[in-house]
Amino acid sequence: MTMSTPIPAVAVDQSLLYPSPYKEFWQAFSKNKGAVAGLMFMLLVIFCAIFAPWVAPHNPSEQYRDFLLTPPSWLEGGHIQFLLGTDELGRDLLSRLINGSRLSLLIGLSSVVMSLIPGILLGLFAGFFPKMLGPTIMRLMDIMLALPSLLLAVAIVAILGPGLINTIIAIAVVSLPSYVRLTRAAVMGELNRDYVTAARLAGAGLPRLMFVTVLPNCMAPLIVQATLSFSSAILDAAALGFLGLGVQPPTPEWGTMLASARDYIERAWWVVSLPGLTILLSVLAINLMGDGLRDALDPKLKNAA
Amino acid sequence: MFSFIARRLGLLIPTFFGITLLTFALIRMIPGDPVEVMMGERRVDPEMHAQAMERLGLNKPLYAQYLDYIGKLAHGDLGESLRTRTSVWTEFSSLFPATLELSMAALLFAGVLGLLAGVIAALKRGSLFDHGVMGISLAGYSMPIFWWGLILIMFFSVSLGWTPVSGRIDLLYDIEPRTGFMLIDTLLADDVGAFFDALHHLILPAIVLGTIPLAVIARMTRSSMLEVLREDYIRTARAKGLSPARVVFVHGLRNALIPVLTVVGLQVGTLLAGAVLTETIFSWPGIGKWLIEAIGARDYPVVQNGILLIACLVILVNFVVDILYGFANPRIRHQR
Repeated sequence: MTMSTPIPAVAVDQSLLYPSPYKEFWQAFSKNKGAVAGLMFMLLVIFCAIFAPWVAPHNPSEQYRDFLLTPPSWLEGGHIQFLLGTDELGRDLLSRLINGSRLSLLIGLSSVVMSLIPGILLGLFAGFFPKMLGPTIMRLMDIMLALPSLLLAVAIVAILGPGLINTIIAIAVVSLPSYVRLTRAAVMGELNRDYVTAARLAGAGLPRLMFVTVLPNCMAPLIVQATLSFSSAILDAAALGFLGLGVQPPTPEWGTMLASARDYIERAWWVVSLPGLTILLSVLAINLMGDGLRDALDPKLKNAA
Repeated sequence: MFSFIARRLGLLIPTFFGITLLTFALIRMIPGDPVEVMMGERRVDPEMHAQAMERLGLNKPLYAQYLDYIGKLAHGDLGESLRTRTSVWTEFSSLFPATLELSMAALLFAGVLGLLAGVIAALKRGSLFDHGVMGISLAGYSMPIFWWGLILIMFFSVSLGWTPVSGRIDLLYDIEPRTGFMLIDTLLADDVGAFFDALHHLILPAIVLGTIPLAVIARMTRSSMLEVLREDYIRTARAKGLSPARVVFVHGLRNALIPVLTVVGLQVGTLLAGAVLTETIFSWPGIGKWLIEAIGARDYPVVQNGILLIACLVILVNFVVDILYGFANPRIRHQR
């Protein structure tokens, strides 16, 4: 028996420690400059959406009858009080864009949640019961995929009638199949792993296996897909609005604003350009973020899309 | 190969019936009942209402209604438009060539430019050009095309006056529709002026509709080309002393094309959805505009069976792409 010598206190070299998962994620994510730029832009949009009543200089529905189609402030004839100009009814464009971000984010977020949850459930069941439920569920999803997403959304809205809630439902239905497919594929991949067998042997019941053991390991592709379908939700919602099937005027929605701006294409470029530019930048920012997320969370997928 | 085609064909049948179920259900999901919707705002006399229900077969149980629907479809009866009283099939088939012409022009634009940009970007990987192509294609991929169309109209049609704002051809020209393709019909009519006028009308819509496929094709070509250029046979071809152009285009691009073609096939659905928006912006008389107008007018037979026809079209194209892919890649053919 040797005498135990006290362990000398060593200053722990921080760089040798394994980084926390969040830090590791951030390191990988922040390498992608486009993704960080996208994140910045989206933070700005989210800020505007939350604090819209305080950020927006005017009430979005207030009609300034003396200032119809005022150009942006830096142009001749512009007014400093209407930074981005006014529309055909004299409403402040900047305020409408800021308030529009609320709707776009609301539609994006709620349609993602409304399709993510049933999508994951269906995908889990299809993956866990490949003989009984799998084929039926997947066939149903194939049928939904046979229709172009915007067209299916148009069909749904045509039946349910236009409006905010129906737009959300339509977009949620349309993006359901991709979640089901992704979840099922990931589940099928995980089910053969040793840790799942171990959990089974340890007596884990079906719900525990599904949600505690397997699901967390399938999240990476789902998070990426959720980001991407968020951007296509914004795009589809704007397209529905533009076709007159989405959120109805006078609600300030980006696509609806474009629809009413069509008649002023020859006289007021700002009414046409700015809402669309906002849509483009938001969608682009989210897609950039999605690329960064994919690289950081799921390096395997890097060249997949 | 035969069993491969048969297997894929077998998969089509349940999908087709699924789609008919969907379009069948669409009409039944309308809040209120279809007769009231079709008769409009007026109060409907109960007797007339019952008669209409009977005439439309709506008083039968649901499964019988569905069987009726399938039976009619099997006889090629797609119903008639409530507005024009012409059969849905006649309307669809007379408008479809316009959409097809537009889509083909868009694909041509996207394919030529996308392949070229993708190949050059892959060859000059990391260069300014490469970054430019990738950046622009990401923007193109995120583009709200209905806005893009308006911007192009504003710039090229309104400000510069280079292209017409809408339509397929100037009203001055009276071209007899023979093939339904304006470019071909004008040539058949031996009217060069009309041909160029039709071409003028086609350019902007084709660019708008081709923007997203262009972005997808450019990205896909680049990544697929990068992969192929690393292959041994490319090195061999270079070592043999073949000209760089031959190596890139014959040995490289031909092999890189397979995944690109698949993606293009998958884009057909997106293209048709884009056609709805593009046709609305440019007042292009195709099936997209037809469908949207039918929705606006609550012309349900047109909505129902128009969607059915478009879905069948998408399924069919995907089927053909699948088969072509099987031809190009034996590994797919012999799966399972």
